[in-house]
Amino acid sequence: MSDLNTQAVARYKNNFLKEVEERVEDGHWVKMCMQCGVCAGSCPLGPAWQHSPQKIFMMIRAGKREEVLSSDSMWMCTSCYNCIVRCPRKLPITHIMHGLANYAHRLDMAPKGQPTREIARLFWNNLVKTGRVNELKFSLAMYFKDGVVQGVKNAMAMQGIGLGLMKAKRLNPMEIVGGHTCKGKADIQKIVAKAREIEDRRRGLA
Amino acid sequence: MAKKQYAFYPGCSSQKGASAANFLTSLQVMTQKLDIQLNEIPDWNCCGASIGYGEGGELPRLVINARNLAIAEKELPGQDMVSGCPACWLATRETHERLAEHSSLLAETNEALREAGLNLNNTVRARHMTEVLIEDIGWEGMKAPVIKPLEGLKIAGYVGCQTNRPFGIAGESFENPKYLDKMIETVGADAVKYDQKVTCCGGALAFSEPEKSQKQIRDIVESAYDSGADMIVTPCQLCQANVEIYQSEINKKQGTKFSMPVVYYTQLMSIAYGGSAAEAGLNGQLIKADKLEKIAGK
Repeated sequence: MSDLNTQAVARYKNNFLKEVEERVEDGHWVKMCMQCGVCAGSCPLGPAWQHSPQKIFMMIRAGKREEVLSSDSMWMCTSCYNCIVRCPRKLPITHIMHGLANYAHRLDMAPKGQPTREIARLFWNNLVKTGRVNELKFSLAMYFKDGVVQGVKNAMAMQGIGLGLMKAKRLNPMEIVGGHTCKGKADIQKIVAKAREIEDRRRGLA
Repeated sequence: MAKKQYAFYPGCSSQKGASAANFLTSLQVMTQKLDIQLNEIPDWNCCGASIGYGEGGELPRLVINARNLAIAEKELPGQDMVSGCPACWLATRETHERLAEHSSLLAETNEALREAGLNLNNTVRARHMTEVLIEDIGWEGMKAPVIKPLEGLKIAGYVGCQTNRPFGIAGESFENPKYLDKMIETVGADAVKYDQKVTCCGGALAFSEPEKSQKQIRDIVESAYDSGADMIVTPCQLCQANVEIYQSEINKKQGTKFSMPVVYYTQLMSIAYGGSAAEAGLNGQLIKADKLEKIAGK
């Protein structure tokens, strides 16, 4: 267990709802769910997940901490916002799912090697480095996240598409050495670090 | 008439050599014909897109968007911010609204921005390019520069998710928005009845969950064929990329013979307004939009 997780368990004991309300983005909305299931029926990745948002919200109230934080459901969110616009009680479901994903990731309770968790980490690190996303480096990092052998296989499988994009001038091979960048990238790193420090302090994670 | 001016946020995918570079090409022609002046926000940064939450959390995500808003507020005073990319628009508008609603979040944001010598009063409205067209230019205004109506073209208007939800265009429904169809008709083409117009393409999960996303993409393309469309048109960079790029993968794996062009509304307008195929960025298509190129060459 990560230190942050041990501390959270000690602090909130069996009150997982309180933990979510205090520490998860828009977590204070969870108790408003009336279990109608519209979100479950609206999600494009509905057949793929372990638990629907509706179930996740009830599990939070039932104190099923470990099952919720290690669920793959939050990582199946495509950010289509169907659930948000259809929820009859106007819960910001997409934001809550994003918040739960982030919290589970911070506590290192999220499923190991979960592919969306991995690309989320790669994407954020990519953008914080230069201020702008480098699509080539991001794609290569994704192909090679499971090692060199798998990476070469992945890259070969996507070779046709890559060459097509280069020909159409929608992928620049020179991005590997430099690429687009912000002049204020050091500033961006500073404001991101400061924001995390402030947020961690507010949520008791510091 | 004086040009309408906006603080322009292009976004990462529209940069030179990036996946939606041809969107920006066509946007330039379209805005020029409509007397719109786009002033690029100096040194803008990435919005965090729809996958930024995993590692980024809430406040870091808000502050990177607040940086763009703060620069626009200072350097391009009085101008609305406009983005062509739904993810950029969504992230920026969400930031603007959350900071307007919660003064404590605005205070925290400014504490972080001070590290870069910036401050945000949160006065800048974040808008999407289609909003600007509909609300500021108007339907008559969009129609006026048409010199090559796209007659005979049958087009499936694919709105997708983030241009439509959670904010959408004022007055439109989430389940069946009509504005894209109306834009297609405005430039003289036929908008076919298309039942997957707000279906998700899988978004960023096209990378991490390719099979699940390709199932979505298959529905989107198949439905365009079923409705007799010559091509799909979309306002979204990620929709365009996913729905066009992965057709060859789906063909390989599932034996389909998809070859459905996917273009931006800006490309339709550029051609209808008299732009060349190159000016409309049609050389950026992986699946050539032959019928549109033919009209451009007339």
